[in-house]
Amino acid sequence: MCVVCGCSSPATGATEPQVHPQTGDLHFGAGTARVSVPGLSQERTIQMEVDVLGANQAVAQQNRTHFASHGVSAFNLVSGPGSGKTTLLCASIEALRKRAPGLAVAVIEGDQQTSFDADRIRATGAPAIQVNTGKGCHLDAPMVARAFGQLDLHAGAHEHAHVHSHAQKHSHGAVHDQTHEHAAKAILFIENVGNLVCPAMWDLGEDAKVVILSVTEGEDKPLKYPDMFAAASLMLLNKVDLLPHLRFDVVKCIDFARRVNPGIRVLLVSAQTGQGMDAWLDWVLGTEA
Amino acid sequence: MHELSLAGGILQLVEQACARDPFERVTHLRLQAGALASVELSALRFALESLAPGTLLEGAAIAIDEQAGTAWCLQCRQTVQIFSRLDLCPLCEGVALQVTGGTDLKIVDMRVV
Repeated sequence: MCVVCGCSSPATGATEPQVHPQTGDLHFGAGTARVSVPGLSQERTIQMEVDVLGANQAVAQQNRTHFASHGVSAFNLVSGPGSGKTTLLCASIEALRKRAPGLAVAVIEGDQQTSFDADRIRATGAPAIQVNTGKGCHLDAPMVARAFGQLDLHAGAHEHAHVHSHAQKHSHGAVHDQTHEHAAKAILFIENVGNLVCPAMWDLGEDAKVVILSVTEGEDKPLKYPDMFAAASLMLLNKVDLLPHLRFDVVKCIDFARRVNPGIRVLLVSAQTGQGMDAWLDWVLGTEA
Repeated sequence: MHELSLAGGILQLVEQACARDPFERVTHLRLQAGALASVELSALRFALESLAPGTLLEGAAIAIDEQAGTAWCLQCRQTVQIFSRLDLCPLCEGVALQVTGGTDLKIVDMRVV
C-alpha cells in the first residue's frame, strides 16, 4: 500500500515509492549504547520535533516560488462534490478569454478516477492535466509539482522566466495578496478532489484557496466543515440563480463562514447566468476596485 | 480518511530517522496534535496500528499529546485558548477569533532499540 495517500498502488501521483529498510540492514547497537555495559539498556531516545506535513510543506514552498518565477497566479479550488466547480471553471475560462485575451489559463484537475473533468476543461480550449489520486482523498504538493511540469503554461513561460523572475514582487504567503504589484501572466486553477475535509490540510503552493459552496448544499456547511472555510481566502457562493426556489439563508451562511474565518471574502456567483462573474474575475486578476 | 496519509507520513519520517541514525525498531512514539490540526486522534491511532506490522513501528506504544489551540481575539486584543474552530472567546464570548496556533501534528520524540 502507498503510505502517502493510502491507495493500493506502490506509488501514487508524484510521490516516490517507499523503500522499507529491512531488519538485516540495520546496524543494531551502533549507537552509544554499543559499549556494552551490563544492565544498561540499548534503548535510547531520538528527539524528532518534526512536522508530519513538513515534507509536503517544503514541496509546496518550492511550487510557490516556481509559480511566482513564471508569473503564474495559482488558485486551489476546494469544495464538496457537486458544488459546480468544473462548470464554474469552464465559465471562468471562457470569460477570461474575452476579458484578457493574452492571458494563459491552465487547469490541474484532481479526482479519484476518470478524466471527465479534464476533458470538459480541454473542450474550452484550455490545457488541463488530470491527476487521478486513486483512493487518495486530496491532492498533495508533489502531485501538483509533477502536473505543473507537464503543462505548456510551464514550458512556455520558461523562455521568459529569467527576465522577469527577480523583478516581480510576488507574495509568497499562503494568503492571497489582493494588491498584485504586477499583472499575472498566467492563471493556474487547481481543482482539488471534491471533499470538504482533507484538502484543507495540504498546501499545494497556491496563492489562495477558494472554497466553493453551492446554495443547494445548505447554509450550515461552514460550521460543519470549519477547517476548510478557515483555510480559504475566498468563498464563492455558487448557483445563486436557484435561490428563489430554495430556503437558503445567504446572510446566515456568510455569518457562519465569518465565524470560522473573520477575514474570508465572499462573492455570490452563478456559472449558469453569469451573475457575479465579473467580481470573481476581478478577484482572480487582482483588479478589484 | 486523511489520517492514513498522515500515518504514512509519520512512518516515512521514522524511516528517514532510521537511515540517519540506525536502530532496530521503535518502542515508544510520542506525537503532539494541535486541537485545531484537523486530525481525528482515534482514526490516526487506528491508521498507525494498521500500518505498523512489518515496519519499524511494529509493537510501538503510541502516545498522542493533544495541545490546545490558540487564537487572537480581535475584541479582547489578546491571545486566548480554544479547543475547536467553533469555540467562542473564553473572555468576551465573541466570535472574532483568528487562529494562531495548535494546527500542527508533530513527532516529538521516540524511544528506539
